[in-house]
Amino acid sequence: MSTDLQLPRAARTFVSFVALLRANGFAVAPEQTTAFLAAIALLGPRKLEDIRQSALATLAPPPERRATFDRLFDLHFRGSEAIERAEDGEDDETVRLQEEGRGDEEPLLADDANESGLTATRAEALVERRFAQLSTTDALRRLAREAPRRLPRRRGHRRMRARRGPFADLRRTLRDSVRSDGEILRLGHMRRRQRPRKVLLLIDVSGSMKSRTEENMKLAHALVQAAPNVEVFTFGTRLTRVTRVLRLKRREQALSAAAHLVSDWDGGTRIGDALQAFLAVPRFGGYARGAAVIIVSDGLERGEPDALRDAVAKLSRRAWRLSWLTPLATGPGFRPQTEALVAIERFVDDLVDGGSSASIVAHVLALGRRAA
Amino acid sequence: MAVRSNIVGIDSPEALEKALRAAYYLADEGLATAAYLGLALGKPLLLEGAPGVGKTEAAKAIAAVLGRRLIRLQCYEGIDASAALYEWNYPRQMLAIRQAGDESIDIYGETFLIERPMLAALRAPDSTVLLIDEIDRADQEFEAFLLEFLSDFQISIPERGTVRAAERPVVVLTSNRTRDLHEALRRRCVYHWIDYPSAEREARIIMMRASSVAEATARAVVAAVERLRREPLSKAPGIAEAVDWAEAATLLNKGGARWPDAFKRSIGVALKDEEDLHFIAPRLDAMLAEATA
Repeated sequence: MSTDLQLPRAARTFVSFVALLRANGFAVAPEQTTAFLAAIALLGPRKLEDIRQSALATLAPPPERRATFDRLFDLHFRGSEAIERAEDGEDDETVRLQEEGRGDEEPLLADDANESGLTATRAEALVERRFAQLSTTDALRRLAREAPRRLPRRRGHRRMRARRGPFADLRRTLRDSVRSDGEILRLGHMRRRQRPRKVLLLIDVSGSMKSRTEENMKLAHALVQAAPNVEVFTFGTRLTRVTRVLRLKRREQALSAAAHLVSDWDGGTRIGDALQAFLAVPRFGGYARGAAVIIVSDGLERGEPDALRDAVAKLSRRAWRLSWLTPLATGPGFRPQTEALVAIERFVDDLVDGGSSASIVAHVLALGRRAA
Repeated sequence: MAVRSNIVGIDSPEALEKALRAAYYLADEGLATAAYLGLALGKPLLLEGAPGVGKTEAAKAIAAVLGRRLIRLQCYEGIDASAALYEWNYPRQMLAIRQAGDESIDIYGETFLIERPMLAALRAPDSTVLLIDEIDRADQEFEAFLLEFLSDFQISIPERGTVRAAERPVVVLTSNRTRDLHEALRRRCVYHWIDYPSAEREARIIMMRASSVAEATARAVVAAVERLRREPLSKAPGIAEAVDWAEAATLLNKGGARWPDAFKRSIGVALKDEEDLHFIAPRLDAMLAEATA
């Protein structure tokens, strides 16, 4: 990036600090940069601590990345040890992201320094699946029939006429009263319109879920067909958005398109990394905001449980309700056994049976009747 | 970015810290800096932190320092513009129409307008502090709507025209971070994450807020509360609970209860969740013995 803009020398240090932050994955808006400079001008700067406080107040790093922020700050203003990349954990198998209409070799972190590390991934067992054609189960039929009515809704912002409601429809009442010579015979009411909530479905397609994958994909297709704002991603060693192909009306067509698109069927599981990858793309992270998020996975994680726990915590703060459906949960007395499930248990709203299409459908359709 | 002169006499974070202390609020350097910058740059102050670390108290103290009235808007899921901005007094309008008979009448006059917190702050920006409490409970539409308000500080009332603030009102937002706020909202604000205070500071807060408590008691409470906060409780004791606990234990002690026992008997003031109490019970004695040592 070349700038023709001549910054005053004093300001350059601070602006380049913002650039350093951005290079390390902190989102800093231009207006925050100007506020940062104004803050420094305001405070003096008399000592380095003032600059740090101004940076914290105006650049607002998220609390969980505070340590990284401090490291970068010291590095920039004190010139300490060699640069540490904020995105650590870059071993030789990083979760990658695929999306329709893009090369599937697109690295997750758009950063030249990473290119080499990312392309040298371990050869994954990329098996293409063929979806066998099974008759539509009753569960899917039920989903198609009831989803429009039963999926969770939220209150929208617009008001509509109603027989009863918290708001008076003064306009209509006045108009009516003209007919009866200014006499008000009936008070019109309004209430806020209901709108369908977003539903986000994240499906584990790794080897340990092999027996369920086909059913889950059919279910995802049925759900996308039945409701207006559903997003579907699959994850294993990669994260793939499959919403677009699932919008194809004919199921076999949609599923075979998905089979071509997803390249990590029946491979390993790196749930934490996949979810982190999901959250790292702002557009995707936005899908989760206020949505009913449903993760279908057995939680057999090969990666670090810490990465998984952080990602799930983040996801649960964004979601309206976070459900984790695992085939390992078979009864109401189910206690999570795997390390991953124990780690995430306190962040999820529901940890329930996802062992059959019928139970998943039942849960999805019951979501709307529970308060989060 | 123009620096405002509405904080007369406070020309540095240290000065603000001192003024806040006079209003019985002990702010650490980070908070004092963020609050000072917010006031001086005319930006809203966004305070995030666990429940009970003193976010709302900070807003009250800032209002006290500025000698202004605090207008509080408590958020909840489903809060909308009619609860936050303004509402028409329909019954009154109806009555007025009936009474007017054949004469013409303006039913959108001042007398029919019910002022809600945000409109009130806009109309009196130099004598109020607007506190938007627990913004994380509101839904996204409200957040988007708030964004608009915080960038222009104006509200348009279709029947009356636009109300614009003569100067930028002082706005404090708090969030318990039960969900992540929108990036755009965080960008508009000066941000500060309030952590639990250090042991030293918390002991000072307790003694400042509860004059009957002896220093040894305050320190013991702080040690115990710090231990409790490290446990996986559903509701960790906040600063207010620590203050109450110190006061309650002091009261029982004056009534004849011995020390560790006085703490134990007043634990209900610090922990207000049956499951938490149940969880801590077996380890409470050891914990208190350690804290009072």
